[in-house]
Parts: sequence; C-alpha cells; structure tokens
Amino acid sequence: MTEAAPILEMRGISKTFPGVKALTDVALTVYPGKIHALMGENGAGKSTLMKILSGAYQADPGGEIRINGRPVHIDGPLTARHHGISIIYQELSLAPNLTVAENVLLGREHKTGPMVDRRSMADACRSVLDRLGVAFTPTTLVSELSMAERQLVEIARALIANSRILVMDEPTTSLSSRETEALFALVRQLRSEGLAIIYISHRMAEVYELADRVSVLRDGSYVGTLVRDEISAERLVQMMVGRDLSSFYKKEHNAHESRGPVILSVRNIGDGKRVHDCSFELHEGEVLGIAGLVGAGRTELARLIYGADRRTSGETVLDGKPLSINRPEDAIRSGVVYLTEDRKHLGLFLDLSVRENVSISVLGRDARAGGVLNLKAAKERAASAIQALGIRVAGDTVPVGSLSGGNQQKVLLSRLLETQPRVLILDEPTRGVDIGAKSEIYRLIDDLARNGVGVIVISSELPEVVGICDRVLVMREGRIAGEVGGGPDHPPITQENIVAIATGVRKTAA
Amino acid sequence: MTPPNDTSTSIQGTGPGGAKTGNQSSQRRLAWRSTLQAVGMLPVLIILAIVFELMSGRFMSFQNLSIVAQQAAINIVLAAGMTFVILTGGIDLSVGSILAASAMVAILGSLIPEWGMVGIPAALLMGLALGFVNGALIAFARLPPFIVTLGSLTAVRGLARLLGGDTTQFNPQLPFAFIGNGTLFGVPWLVWIAFAVVVISWFILRRTVLGVHIYAVGGNPDAARLTGIKVWAVLLFVYCFSGLAAGLGGVMSAARLYAANGLQLGQSYELDAIAAVILGGTSFVGGIGSIWGTLIGALIIAILSNGLILVGVSDIWQFIIKGLVIIGAVALDRYRLRGSART
Repeated sequence: MTEAAPILEMRGISKTFPGVKALTDVALTVYPGKIHALMGENGAGKSTLMKILSGAYQADPGGEIRINGRPVHIDGPLTARHHGISIIYQELSLAPNLTVAENVLLGREHKTGPMVDRRSMADACRSVLDRLGVAFTPTTLVSELSMAERQLVEIARALIANSRILVMDEPTTSLSSRETEALFALVRQLRSEGLAIIYISHRMAEVYELADRVSVLRDGSYVGTLVRDEISAERLVQMMVGRDLSSFYKKEHNAHESRGPVILSVRNIGDGKRVHDCSFELHEGEVLGIAGLVGAGRTELARLIYGADRRTSGETVLDGKPLSINRPEDAIRSGVVYLTEDRKHLGLFLDLSVRENVSISVLGRDARAGGVLNLKAAKERAASAIQALGIRVAGDTVPVGSLSGGNQQKVLLSRLLETQPRVLILDEPTRGVDIGAKSEIYRLIDDLARNGVGVIVISSELPEVVGICDRVLVMREGRIAGEVGGGPDHPPITQENIVAIATGVRKTAA
Repeated sequence: MTPPNDTSTSIQGTGPGGAKTGNQSSQRRLAWRSTLQAVGMLPVLIILAIVFELMSGRFMSFQNLSIVAQQAAINIVLAAGMTFVILTGGIDLSVGSILAASAMVAILGSLIPEWGMVGIPAALLMGLALGFVNGALIAFARLPPFIVTLGSLTAVRGLARLLGGDTTQFNPQLPFAFIGNGTLFGVPWLVWIAFAVVVISWFILRRTVLGVHIYAVGGNPDAARLTGIKVWAVLLFVYCFSGLAAGLGGVMSAARLYAANGLQLGQSYELDAIAAVILGGTSFVGGIGSIWGTLIGALIIAILSNGLILVGVSDIWQFIIKGLVIIGAVALDRYRLRGSART
C-alpha cells in the first residue's frame, strides 16, 4: 500500500488519420507525485497521445481515459484544463506582446464589473511566481524574457489553473545546461508537491536523472513501462528500436578503407551567434554525419555553408578552389546543395505540381532562348525522377501537397539531385517519413556516395547516424565538440560515444 | 507492390466517391478537377448574360457585347498586372493613380507638334517607372506591399494633378485617338489590346521560367529563396509589370477621352481590378490563380455594370448589387472547392 492510486489512466487509445493509423491500443498509467517519462523515436506517437489527452485530437471510439478513477470524456482543450491537465508544448504558446501576468491569466482575467482588474491579476500571478522562485515580475513583457523564462511562465500558467497533471514536451530543447539544471530542480519540487508530470524526451540522460517510470511507444503502439530500478539504456534503446538494425541500415560503400580525396573543406566558419569556429573536411564518396542535441547549431552550420544565412567568419573550399557563397544560388551553382529539415515550410511548393517541384532549380538551365520553358525537358526530368526514386504518384501534374510525407521527401531530394551536386547536405532526411521510404532514402544515400558525391547527414536519430555514416562530427553549443569513427584516432561510432560528446560528458579522443 | 490507393492517403483526397480503382481514373479525375478549377466563374458569367438577355432583350446583340468588351478592356489590362502582383502574395493599390498620371503624360506628349505619338511610349515609361519605384521599395527595402502602394496611391495622384497643372488637359487632334475609338476587323482596338495583354500574361505565367518563379514565390517565399530563386527580381518584375499595365491603361483612357484629368481619372480603378482578380479565383495569399480567371472576373464586372443599366436599375442600386454579387460569387467558389484547394 505504498503506491497511491493512479491519477490518470489511458486505456485502449487508438487514433486513425486518413490513411494512417497513428496510435494502436495504447495504454498509459500515471501516478501523482511521480515523474513519468514518455519515450519513443520520432513519429512513435508521443505527441499524438498527448494531443488526445489535451483535447486537441479526439481518440477513436473504444478507448477510455480515467482521471482519479472516474471515466472522463475530453472533447476539447477547455475540458482538459477543467480536469486539471496542462501541456507545455515545444513551441511555447505565449503572446510576446503581453505581460507575464496577462499571459499567465489569459482567458481567466480578473474583473471588477466589466473592467480588467490588473492589480488583482498581478497579485495572483506574483504568488505563483514566488513559488517558482523566478527573477522577473508580473508586469514584465514576455518578449523581454529568455526561452527558459518563458517556459517558467507556461508552468506558472499551469499552476494558477490548479493543474494536477503537467505534460512537458521536450522542455529542454532550447535551454542551456544551467537553465536545464534549474528546470530539473523545479520539476522535482513540483513532484514533491504532488503533481503528476509526464515528461517527453529523447534524451536518455534526462530520463535517467528525472524519471520514476518510463513508458515507451514504438510505431504507434505501446511497448512497455519500466520503473526506476529497471531503467537502463540498453533496455530502453531496444524497446524503442525493437528491430534488427544491422539489416535496416545496409551499407555497401565503405569510405574509410579507400577514402577519396577531400572535396569540401570548411574552415573556421561562424555566424557570431549560434555557430562558432567550425572546421571540417568532407571526402569524395563519404557519408559524414553531424550529430548533436537539438539547438547545438547543426542546422545553422548547414545554412551557413549553403549561404542561406550570413556568415561572419570562415571560408569554404571546394575541390581546392575557395568559394564565395553569399546566397543559396551561389552554392547551387558551385554544386553544394542543402535539403531542409522543414520540407513543408522551407522546401516544397505545395500548390505546384510534382513536375515543377522537381525541375524548379534547373528550369533556367533547360530553358530556351528568352527564358521560355522547355516543357519537354521538365517532363522528362520528372518522369525519370519518379522512376529512379520510386515516387508513388498518379502523374507528374499532381500538386505535391497531396503526396504522403515519404513521397514529398523524395520529390524534394530529386530536386536537389537534378542539379548534379558534388556535395549534398541532408538535414533530417528521414523526418516524418515512413519505414519503407526511409530504407529507400538510405539506399539512395549509399548509391550517391558510391558515385563519389560527398554527403553530409544531419540527424537527431542516433540509430540512423550510427547506421549510415562513415564518420560523425558531434556538435555542442555551436562548436564541433568531437568526432567519432573515421579511423584509429577516434572512438568508434556508437550511440553512447555520440551522446557522451553531445552532452559534454566526454571529449573526443578517449 | 504499389498500394493501389496511394493517392487516397493524400491531404486533398478524392472524397468518399473518389476514384480509387487505378491510376488512370484518378488521373482523369484530377484532370476534371483542374478543368473545373480553370473554368471557375465561367458559369456565373454565362448565367448573368442569359439573365440580362431575358430581362432586357437587348443584351446579346453584337453591338452591345462590343460595348461591354470595350468597357471591360481597361479593367482587364489593370487586372492582368494585378494578377501578377497578387500571385506573389502582394497587392498594388496604386494602379488607378498610375493610370491617371500616365494618361496625363500621354495627353501632354501628344501635344508636342509633329511628335504627338511620343505620348504613347512616354505614358508607358511613366507607368513602368512608377511600378519600379513600388517594386524597389518592396523588394529591396522589404516594406509591406499594402503600405507602399497605399502611399503611392496618394502620392501619384498628387503627381498626376501636378503634371496637368490641376486642370483637365485636352487634345482634340489626338494622333492616337484610333486606339480609343477605332476598330480593326470590326473589333475595337481597346479589345485587341486587352486580349493581347491577356495572351502575353498567360505566356509569361505558364510558358516561362519567370512564370514558375512567380508562382513559387507566392506559394512559399522561404522555399523559393532556399531553392536559389532571386525573390527580389521576381517581386521587382511583378510591380514593374503592374505599373506598365497601368501605363497602358492610361494610354487607353486618354485615347478614348481625348483628355486627362489628374483628379478624377482612374479613381478607385484599383478596386475593380482587385475584384476581377479575386472573382477569377486567384488566392489572396498568393501562389494559386490564372490569368483566364481574371479575364472572366473582369468580364463579370463589366456585364454587371452594362446589364444593370440596360435593365434600368438606378445608379445607387447598381453599387449595392455589384458588391453583393462579388461577395456571393466568391463565397460560391469557396464552397465549390471546399476540401480541395487551400484558401
């Protein structure tokens, strides 16, 4: 009788989106005064499950949610709040133009008659802020706060609403290590006050440090739950991955036995803000990984090399010739191309056809005199791309927005390949892509490397990095903190070695 | 095996009755949908024409239709330029004022002895130059199009008055009066010009690299930049094109009236042009739309004006009915396309 009764029980939760089953029969039991970590690879269904809990999505009929033993029906965010559930999302949902007090009490403003009672709001807010021990006041504008402080505002909002269940979705993503420590202390304090905390994270170290229990989801299904004493990295990885990785990441090229000449060298590149003094070399036919925690500066580094953002220092040398890349078009012309991590917002033209999306970078090259489109060339390019990458689509005039994630990614990849690049920078190439398309993308990367293209892969999925890369640079806080693989001078490529460098536990060269 | 219903997992889907029996029929369905999208407001246009014919008995005569086309011509030219701008997600509020300033330049130029035809290129250059200023402020100074062109709406109006000494300028011996009042093969010159502008616009939008880039910039400006498209050049072009179209509109107005007045000419023409583009199904946020839609939209507006006069509706009610038809037609369009295209 040491364990309290569960505050939240979710059972038999399924969720079907048109054409995709996101969750199948998932269960989750959460106790008050405990920190319950929820883990799983990208796309495992963590966010979907939490959106059901918060009322943003409706589960398929047949499942059950109980709070304090009583079945409840959560049909919207207001109901969720009424049941004491608060969620702090990765993208914080604060209005930066309002004060802390206004944000904390948004939607529950204190009133005297029809007038907003600012003093009473500030008082109520101040008592919560005191409890959290923060350095700002209720009248501070949210736009003046750091990311960590904004998160505290979100927590204050949850506390003032008397929440009993607090969901935190990757809360440390944009925090420095000191801020992370402070957040952990606060989370522990909230636990001792009896709140149930559902903590979503990929980071093994955080889960070790905080969690009383860990539940794992994989491909939309519930895998299992470990209690504190049972938690170990091996078991969690095995639960999360759950398949034999060696065949999934089959690699036919092998760069470090017959390493080609250097194609690209990047020297002391930086933007003065988020990337500092990064140098590395990329060899012909090599797949070079860049790993690191989210926010370590990987995407920013890639964008600097590609000319998407302005650099303040450093140079890039391609095939021995210094490049002057100030804009993406300069990079493309030199043979350096970049696949964005955010294909919907930064990559594809969703309303344009597959044909136009594939050929848009080379329309100018194919064009007849006076910039007149060469429709025949565009058609041929689209047809050969659809065939070569196995894009499943009814025809090349279909708008690309109507394709599935994997097919969209292949369209974007083929746009890059049409320019016949020497260096390919792929930022999260398999994000939001199903398993089948994933292995096809891996095979494509392998083929390109065998044909002498230099490939840089940025990925948050460690099994992927370990599986497909010849050598991995690990970034931390805007710098290249270490290197694994690529010869006897460096530690071998393992998830543990990468994590150790990324989190600052260990330097390179063991 | 390729899953046969792969396309049905799409965001757009094909609806519950959608074709899932194979690629061929789903392709046919897509073709049907795109035809439907292209046709757009054509049914509304036809229904309006039939209604006015039934009510007045005079609408469908060749003579009247020729008048309608003539009345529509200037708006078609302005709306063609506006289509380019709105496709990039922008707006050009200054076209009415640019038209007035260009018409003034056209008349003043025509008054030069022996060299009266200079009025035409001068007016076109005026329009192009003003469009360039708009475009430069938007593309290089990164100012919002609404603000920039709202400013030039007012400033260029002042410029038009200044050019004409704030009076109406006449030229009864206008050397290019044929543009406004003559015909070629029985069809008014104004109509030929408007048609030519539509064809050129179609060619640029659908048959050139620039056209694809215009749609790309309107659909996703961030992706366009990362793809290596010179976004600034595209923006500069569309405002120059819109300005040039307004300059041409100025020539057409001047030729029709033998006169220009800086204060009154072209007042609120920008609103008719915007209405035509929106009626034509072009998305206000950019990236979706066609010049044929704009043509139909401009014709709907012209038919409404003409038909309501024929039927004998008072001037006041003409305004009210026109406004309601515009809102109603767009509402109908949204309803028809619901669930397929994004808004």
